[in-house]
Amino acid sequence: MENLRFLIVEDSPTMRQLISFSLKRFKGCKIVEAVDGVDALKKLQGEEVDLILTDINMPVMDGLKLVTLVKQNPKLRDIPIIIITTEGAQEDREKGLSLGAEAYISKPIQSSGLIKVITEILEKKK
Amino acid sequence: MVDESDIFKKSQEFNELINQQKEFLQEVLKENEKLRYQIAQLKSQPHNDGLFKEEIEVLRKRVESLEKEKEELLLRYQQVEEENKDFAQRYIEVEEQNNNLANLYVASYQLHSTLDFQEVLHIVMEIVINLIGAEVFSIMLLDEKSNELVVLASEGYDSDVKFPKIRIGDGIIGQVAKSGEAYYINQATKAYPVDFEHPLASIPLKIKENVIGVINISKLLIQKDAFTAVDYELFSMLAGHAATAIFSSKLYSQSERKLSTIQSFLDLLTTSQNQG
Repeated sequence: MENLRFLIVEDSPTMRQLISFSLKRFKGCKIVEAVDGVDALKKLQGEEVDLILTDINMPVMDGLKLVTLVKQNPKLRDIPIIIITTEGAQEDREKGLSLGAEAYISKPIQSSGLIKVITEILEKKK
Repeated sequence: MVDESDIFKKSQEFNELINQQKEFLQEVLKENEKLRYQIAQLKSQPHNDGLFKEEIEVLRKRVESLEKEKEELLLRYQQVEEENKDFAQRYIEVEEQNNNLANLYVASYQLHSTLDFQEVLHIVMEIVINLIGAEVFSIMLLDEKSNELVVLASEGYDSDVKFPKIRIGDGIIGQVAKSGEAYYINQATKAYPVDFEHPLASIPLKIKENVIGVINISKLLIQKDAFTAVDYELFSMLAGHAATAIFSSKLYSQSERKLSTIQSFLDLLTTSQNQG
């Protein structure tokens, strides 16, 4: 898998950098960053992406709202979404997945685990 | 550190070698069967005893040699399998190390990315939440005048909690500040209640041997049962890097304030001179 385009939606610069760091395992990948849901929707207007990785707790627009809006949009709904969050309770997980997210990962993240999940999702999408 | 791609390559080479050996082994076994069959046929023909005696002997030797070769191959196959297991284990270890290094790199990079005191505090909190996985924690700094630790920032405690000032040497937190040694609970933490003065971990913020503050973790995120190896690395990194970042940003803020005061004073002097 090469030249993939990822959108990272995270208000924490530390997490954005850590996720970007992990994604660099995908050769030639392009990473677009957004600080909240609204910023992400703006970026999606100008950028085509293969996968979105989003946090839940963010100012302005949270990750769950972003997932809902992306999955309701006919142009965007096929983009797989991975939720990466500190909310680790089962009900949070179920809620995230019920909105249409393809995967739900609890922080702290393991780089290898994240890569595995992304690879599985993109392989399935092929 | 071992290059990941080398391990992959080596692992693939071993797999190819195993497959080649399997094929070869199968061929050897087939040939062995054929020869056994031929020997059996020859034995069953009494009239050929004299004629084929020499040939049988050659074949017998060939069978023995193939049997020996088979044994050697089986032994080598077992060795390669063992090596393969060893490489798989090393791959997991390298993955873990990569993960740890990524966490440490990002944390230290972020800590030194700004000289703004509030931003530094925010980054320390982000690291404790996102990389360590703490839900309830506090950051305390040492008040040099009173020699007490004072809570500067906290996350997750009930809103009505009143944080007491802690004297150096008092309780777990005071002892950590006094000794400069981190304190942590080495087992599952779920059973421990949230208690500010009895944290799950208390990490001193040190510049050389001087403790300037302490980070106390009182509860981990629901999905995290206990501290992991990378957490101890992060504690150690935080002890040094967070302390330096907090201290230098504090000094920078103070010098900025002083500079601003001096500048205002100079402006005032210039204005009064001009008016005079």
